Amino acid sequence: MTELARRWMRLRGFITKETLQIRRDPSSIVLALVMPVVLLFLFGFGVSLDAQRSPVAIVIDSPGPQARALVERFSLTRYFHPMPAASMEQATAMLNRHAVDAIVRVQSDFADRLHRPGAAPVQIIVNGTDSNRAQAIQAYAVGVLANDAAQRVARGESSAINGVVVEPRIWFNDAMESSYFLVPGLLALVMTLIGVLLTALVIAREWERGTMEAILATPLRPGEMMAAKLLPYFILGMMGMAMSVGLGAALFGVPVRGSLWVLVAVSALYLLASLGLGLFISAAARVQFIAAQVSIVIGFLPAFFLSGLLFDLDSTPWPIRAISHIIPARYFISAAHTLFLAGDVWPIVWRDATALGIMAAILIALARSRLGKRIER
Amino acid sequence: MSRPTQTSDAEPILRLRELHKTFDPRSASACHAVRGVSFDVHPGRIVGLIGPDGAGKTTLMRLATGLLAPDSGSIDVLGMDSVRQTHAIHRRISYMPQKFGLYQDLTCQENLDLHADLQGVEAAERPRRYQRLLEMTGLGSFANRLAGKLSGGMKQKLGLACALVKMPELLLLDEPTVGVDPVSRRELWRIVREMVECERIGVLLATAYLDEAEQCSRVVVIHQGQLLDQGTPASFSQRVRGRTYLVSADGMRARTIQGQLSHQPGIIDATIRGGRVRTICADADDRPIRAALDPSLGARIAPTDPTFEDAFMTMLAAVSEPSPTPARPAMPANAPQLSGEASASGETSANGEASASGEASASGEASANGEASANGEASASGEATANGETSASGEASASSETSANRSDQPPVHTRDLTRKFGDFTAVAQISFDVGRGEIFGLLGPNGAGKSTTFRMLCGLSKVTSGEVRVAGRDLRRAGSRARQRLGYMAQQFSLYGPLSPIENLRFFGRSYGLKGRRLESRIDWAIEEFHLHAHRDEPSGALPVGYKQRLAMAAALLHEPDILFLDEPTSGVDPLARRDFWRRINALAENGMTIVVTTHFMEEAEYCDRMLIMSQGRELASGTPDAIRALARDERHPDPSIEDAFIALADRAAAGTKERP
Repeated sequence: MTELARRWMRLRGFITKETLQIRRDPSSIVLALVMPVVLLFLFGFGVSLDAQRSPVAIVIDSPGPQARALVERFSLTRYFHPMPAASMEQATAMLNRHAVDAIVRVQSDFADRLHRPGAAPVQIIVNGTDSNRAQAIQAYAVGVLANDAAQRVARGESSAINGVVVEPRIWFNDAMESSYFLVPGLLALVMTLIGVLLTALVIAREWERGTMEAILATPLRPGEMMAAKLLPYFILGMMGMAMSVGLGAALFGVPVRGSLWVLVAVSALYLLASLGLGLFISAAARVQFIAAQVSIVIGFLPAFFLSGLLFDLDSTPWPIRAISHIIPARYFISAAHTLFLAGDVWPIVWRDATALGIMAAILIALARSRLGKRIER
Repeated sequence: MSRPTQTSDAEPILRLRELHKTFDPRSASACHAVRGVSFDVHPGRIVGLIGPDGAGKTTLMRLATGLLAPDSGSIDVLGMDSVRQTHAIHRRISYMPQKFGLYQDLTCQENLDLHADLQGVEAAERPRRYQRLLEMTGLGSFANRLAGKLSGGMKQKLGLACALVKMPELLLLDEPTVGVDPVSRRELWRIVREMVECERIGVLLATAYLDEAEQCSRVVVIHQGQLLDQGTPASFSQRVRGRTYLVSADGMRARTIQGQLSHQPGIIDATIRGGRVRTICADADDRPIRAALDPSLGARIAPTDPTFEDAFMTMLAAVSEPSPTPARPAMPANAPQLSGEASASGETSANGEASASGEASASGEASANGEASANGEASASGEATANGETSASGEASASSETSANRSDQPPVHTRDLTRKFGDFTAVAQISFDVGRGEIFGLLGPNGAGKSTTFRMLCGLSKVTSGEVRVAGRDLRRAGSRARQRLGYMAQQFSLYGPLSPIENLRFFGRSYGLKGRRLESRIDWAIEEFHLHAHRDEPSGALPVGYKQRLAMAAALLHEPDILFLDEPTSGVDPLARRDFWRRINALAENGMTIVVTTHFMEEAEYCDRMLIMSQGRELASGTPDAIRALARDERHPDPSIEDAFIALADRAAAGTKERP
C-alpha cells in the first residue's frame, strides 16, 4: 500500500468516526438544524427593530376640523396608535409612565396660523430612552406632518410653504423591514454557533475522555486529524446556512439580489474561519467546559455585538470600531447584507471575501499548530 | 512458538537510556517524574513495569510511545529515535493508554474499523483479523453494541483488540487490568501471552498489581521516578527466600495477629493472605515473630515460598521513610476527659461522644444511651411512613436501654435492595446486615454495583425496591442528627483542593456541628493521629495521594461517628499506605466502630470480618473470608485465594444463567 493510500484510509476512517459521533449526539443535530429555525422565528417575529403602532398622546388645545384631520392622519399610518389626551399635563403623565412613546401637541392657534404666511408649529416630544426607537418615531411623525402639510397646500388650504420640501427616499430596503436586515445577520449567528461552539467541544472532548492519547499514538498525523474534524462540521454548517437562507426567503420574503453562488462562497469562507477558531479554542483549552465558555466570549458574543449585526459600527466609538476589524463576522455580515439586499457589489464583496480568507487561513494554521503529536504543549 | 530463552540474545526493540523527565521545571511544584531510568524490552518478552501509583509508570509509557519528549536521555524504538521519528514508530507499535481510548458512542465494530483505518490494515486482511480478535476477546456477540454499554472488563478487552488490530512489533499497555474483574483479568493476560508466544512481539506492561509480576518475563521496579531494580520475577523472590512465614493461631483472628506483628523490630511486613498472616522477617530467622507474639497463643509459624510481592515490599520498605504508624488505637485515648468536657458544656449531640470512650464495656453502655435517644426520635418521625414492625422496634429500644435489645437492630441492615436505572438493573436484591464493631466488605470489579449499593446506604440514591436501614432508619428521610452518627469517605478526593488540610478539617468539623475548644481538640487529634503535620498549611489539592487519603479519613472521623462508610478508600494508594490504612481500620473496629468498605482489590477482603461479593449487580457470595475461600476449594486449588474464589463463583454463575451481557 502506498503512503497516499494509507493517508486516504486514515482520513476516511477518522471522518467516518466524526460523522457517526455527530449522528449519535442529539445536541449537535439540535444546534445545527433546530437552532437556526428557532433563531429565525425569534428574529423574524419576536425581535423587530421597527417602531410600529407606537402609542402617541395627541394634545389638541382647541379642537377644530384641521386638528381633527391631523389626528386622523396619525391613526391612518401603521406606525402610530394615537391616544387623545385632555391636557398637556395628562400627556406628560402618560409619557412618564410609559403609556405613550411620544406627545404631539397642536396649539390653539394652529388653524389660524395655517392660513397665515409663516410656520404653523406642531410640537413633538419623544421619549428618548431608546435612542434608535426615538429617532424612528420622530422621523415617522415628521413624515406624517409633512404629508399633511403638503396635502393642505395642494388643496389650497394652506400657504405655509417655506423653503425646500425634503423628499426622503429609502433604497435597498424600501419597506424598511428589519427582517431583511436581520436574516443575513442570522446566517452569521448560525454559522458561528456551528463553527465555533460545536467544534470547540470536539477536540477538548477527546482530551477529556482519554481518546486523544490513544489516537496520538497511531499513525494519524495532526494535519489529517484537523482535516477530518473540519469536513463534517463544514458540511453541517453549510446545511444550517442553506436552511436559514431557504427559510428566510420562504417565511419573510427576504430577497437575494446578488448571486447565490457568491453568497455560498462567502459563507464557506466565513464558516472556515469559524471552524478554525473553534478548533483552536478546543485544542488550546483541552477541557470542554472552558472551551465552551471561551467560544461564547470570543466567538459568539462578538459576532452578535461587534459585527454590525445589531449596532451600526459607524456610530460606535473608535476603539470598538477598531476591535471590530478583527472580528470575522463583521466582514461576513457586510458581505451578506450587500449580497442579499444590494446585489453583487464587487468592491465590497471582494474586500470582505479577502479579509475572511486571510482570517480563515490564520485561524486554521493556529489550530493546527496547537495540535501536535505530543501530550505536552 | 519460541521459548523466551531463544530470543534473549536478540536486539532489544525498546531501549531506554538515562531518561529524565521533569514537569513544570521552573515552578515551585516541579515534579521529577522520571529520574535516570534505563532498561530494554526484547521481542518475545513481557516486561512488567511495576511500582506504586505516582511512581512514574505512565510517564515512562508516554515517553516510550513518543507522546512525551524526555528532558535528557534517549529512547530507541525499533532502531528509531522516539523524538525525531515518532510517526514512523507509530506505524509499528501499538499503545493502550490507561483510559483505553475507546469511543463510547461507537460500537465495538466501529471502534475496530477506526483503528484498522488508522493503522492501515488492508481491507482484504480485515475479516480474518477481526474474527480472530473477536474470538480471543469473546466479544463476537457484542460487535454491534456501543462501547459505552460494555462492562469494565469487556471495554478493556475491546481496547486491547483495537491495539492489536494490526500486529505491532511492540505493544505498550498502561495498567490494562486496573479495576477489572478477575475473570477478565485472566483473559487479558491470556491474550497478551498468546501474542507474545505466537507472534514474538515485545510487550511493556505497567501494573500496580504485584501478583501480575509473576507472569512477566522480566520485571522493572520503579519507585518515585527511579529504577529500583530489574530482573526475572524469580530473581526477586529469591532474595527473600527463607524469610517468609505464615503465622496463625487457633481461636484468634488473623488481623489481631497481624496487628501484633506489624512494625515490630525485625519484621518487615505482615499482611493477611488466605486467612493467615504472611510475615517477612529481616533475616532467615523467625525469632522476631516469636518475640512479638504472646507465647501462650501457641501460634503456628510455618515457612513458606517467597513471592515477588514479598521481595517488592522488602525493597519498598528499605527506600521509604518509616510509614506513619498509628501508635495506639486510632480512637483517642484521651476521650473520657474530652467527652466529659464536651457534655459538660452541652454542645454536642446525644451520640457525639458515645463511641469515643476508651473501655469497651463503658462504650457499649454509652452508645446504648446515645442510640436509645436517637431511636426515640426515629420512631416518632418514622411512624408516619414506616410499617408497624419498624416503629414498634424503634419504641422498644427507646424505652429499654439494654444492649441485648439493641442487638436486634444491626447498625446497617438491607433486605432485597434493588436499584434500577430505566431497564438496567444496577443492583439486584442485595441483603446483608452489619453488626456493631464489624468490618464489612463490599467486593467486586468496577461496574459490579458496589458504589450504587453504597449510595443507597448513605441515602444519596433512591431505592427502587427493598429495605435499607442505617442506625435504624432510612437516611433519605432521616435528618442531620442521624447523619451525625456516620462518617463517609468518598471514592474521589472530596475535600476542597484550594483549602489547606487545617482549613478543610475545620470546615468539615463545623459542618458536623463541632465548635470551640472541642473542634480544636479534635483537629489536634486528627493532625497527631494521621500524621498531617507536614503539609498542614499547603493547598490540599496538590498533596501526595497517601496524604490526601489520610486527610480524607481524618475528616470523616472528626465528629466521632460510630458507623464509617468507606468507598474504594485504597484505590490509587501504594501498597505500603494500603497496609497502614487497614491497620487503622482494624483499630477503629476493635474499638466498636461499624465499618462498611468497598474495594476492587480482592485480597483486601482478608481484612474484613465478613463480606459480600458482587458481580453485575448481584450477590455472588457472602460470608467470612474463610467461608468464601472454602467455596472454591477443590483438588486444583487446595488453598484458594479470594480471587480464585471469585473466578470459581463467577464461572458457576455464568454456567447457571446461560448468558448475561
